[in-house]
Amino acid sequence: MLIDQISVFIENKQGRLAEVMQVLNGANVDIRAMTIADTADFGIMRIIVDDTEKAISQLKKDGFTAAVTKVIAFTIPDVSGSLYEVMNIINDNGINIDYLYSVMGKTAGRADIVIRVEDTDEAVKVLTENGVKMITGDELCRK
Amino acid sequence: MGQALAYLNFSRAVCIFVFKAVSLLTFYKKYDKLEKSHICFANTLLLPTAGASGRGRPLSVSADINGGNIRGATARAAVLGAAWLFGLCSDVKVKEEEPMNYWNKDVECAPRSELEALQSYRLANTVRRVYENVAPYRAKMDAAGVRPEDIRSVADLPKLPFTVKQDLRDNYPYGMFAVPSTEVVRIHASSGTTGKQTVVGYSAKDIDIWAECAARALVNVGGTKDDYVHVSYGYGLFTGGLGMHYGAEKLGATAIPASAGNSVRQLEMFRDFGSSIICMTPSYAISLIELMAEKGFKKSDFRLKAGLFGAEPWTEEMRRQIEEGLGLKAYDLYGLSEIMGPSVSAECVAQAGMHICEDHFIPEIIDPDTLEVLPAGQQGELVFTCITKEAMPLIRYRTRDIATLVYDKCECGRTLVRMLKPQGRTDDMLIIRGVNVFPSQIESALLSVDEKATNYMLEVNRVNNLDTLEVQLETRPDMFGDDVKTLENYKKKVKAAIDSAIGVGVSIKLLEPKTLARSMGKAVRVKDNREIKNKFEKK
Repeated sequence: MLIDQISVFIENKQGRLAEVMQVLNGANVDIRAMTIADTADFGIMRIIVDDTEKAISQLKKDGFTAAVTKVIAFTIPDVSGSLYEVMNIINDNGINIDYLYSVMGKTAGRADIVIRVEDTDEAVKVLTENGVKMITGDELCRK
Repeated sequence: MGQALAYLNFSRAVCIFVFKAVSLLTFYKKYDKLEKSHICFANTLLLPTAGASGRGRPLSVSADINGGNIRGATARAAVLGAAWLFGLCSDVKVKEEEPMNYWNKDVECAPRSELEALQSYRLANTVRRVYENVAPYRAKMDAAGVRPEDIRSVADLPKLPFTVKQDLRDNYPYGMFAVPSTEVVRIHASSGTTGKQTVVGYSAKDIDIWAECAARALVNVGGTKDDYVHVSYGYGLFTGGLGMHYGAEKLGATAIPASAGNSVRQLEMFRDFGSSIICMTPSYAISLIELMAEKGFKKSDFRLKAGLFGAEPWTEEMRRQIEEGLGLKAYDLYGLSEIMGPSVSAECVAQAGMHICEDHFIPEIIDPDTLEVLPAGQQGELVFTCITKEAMPLIRYRTRDIATLVYDKCECGRTLVRMLKPQGRTDDMLIIRGVNVFPSQIESALLSVDEKATNYMLEVNRVNNLDTLEVQLETRPDMFGDDVKTLENYKKKVKAAIDSAIGVGVSIKLLEPKTLARSMGKAVRVKDNREIKNKFEKK
């Protein structure tokens, strides 16, 4: 259930994102999910790709600072209140979310949510027990 | 007949002797504002014998330097002879009340020959005194093979070894003092590169001379007893605040010890207290001007007429901006704690360079590489020798400031040499918002937080006339996980360490790996984008 997510340190300057994309494109890597956290002078791009190994080795080869982090993902029906429900479960179990992003894609009727928590195994257990549908990296945005 | 001749000879001798005595006394009175003139007068009586035989009571120079003795008969004769000669040509008239264009006209407008005679006399005394009382100086002079008696005039100055800031650190805290602690009435200190401060000391007379120099600076720019002198330099170990404060009191003006900070209050004081002369860093003046608009102050609310701005480099453009923004005339002020503090030199109304108090400090310009003295008018490193300081007289102190000396008579009437605004430094010291910062301080603070942070760059800019210092750091895979928090905390830690080490707020910027240029030789760590360059580029 754990998904490998790549985090790339990106300086806040014009054209830098394009360069990352160029590297990934050159490695023929497909991006499944992506989010960027930004501060005044740098940003952290987080991506989930189809071939983590390939992506990270190419990024490092091209001089980027990149790291792999484990995240988890679950899918919820695309109706109002469904995320609230899951958040309640997480909250009630005392789990702290570092960050969260949602992945919209080809899948109508559902939303895929990626979260980063300290204890991923515990979170997976809690969510599964509470009937939340966990998904793998391959299942992200896929029917 | 023989008797008559003898009588004539005798009366001639008496006449000459009395004349010499009066002349010498006049000389001392003129330059020293002699408190104990009778001692010198008594000494003049020794002139005929002392010069010839070397016996007699050594010349007590209590008027000039406590406890210093001139031993060599020749030196004594030379000094007294010179004094006598200049006594002859000096104007004997009693100082009359005149409009206060000068604080000490006799010195400030003295012919160069007189000034040099005075400098020579004081230099010889000071060198003897430091040789006798300051072990590091004795060692330096012995190593260079220079004896105190070799130094008889200003022309002998190049024979003396230099003093550098490291000497003060090596002899921290009081090793360079020339008097016992009972004579030291105050110390000041400046921040050092490795966290170790450099300490300077003052005797009561040093403080008095400093006050006189600061009073001269205030009079230079039109100050009188009627003025309210608003001092916004920091009070404390930094020399700026107290230095100008004592000058204002010496002048008889009203000192307003505002110190730095609390900017709105500063503006209120300008308005309510009637501040007429302000002393602060030029960048602080600019920030006050910006605040004026924000808080609804107009320059017509104030009665400012002049400002003495120093402690950091500034441009003519800033001068115009300050003059326009505050409605005053802006003047340049120079000083360094090692020599005294603010008012080593100050501009006059001509705004054409800063007059150095040459009766207390002898300036030289040297080539920073060859250490040779450069001809007048050439740009090079400014070197000062203190010739009246009691507590810590530094000999040939290398300021690391690049400047030019102009010996022409100024249109204000002063003959004191003028130094043009320093054009940079020969070391890597940066002046950030008036604070002296050495890159090595930043490096050691940085490494104390993260010993692997060896790839960094300091970028200095002037944004809205305020200096900014950005520390750019390359990130490394090992410091990077996935979350923003870790990096932000890292930045905070580094910033806190550097801020407290240098006393100036910096900003930290994290860069991607290998973005900083790698140089083949010595790494270039500083990028100064300010208009006033920090480095000395030889022409």
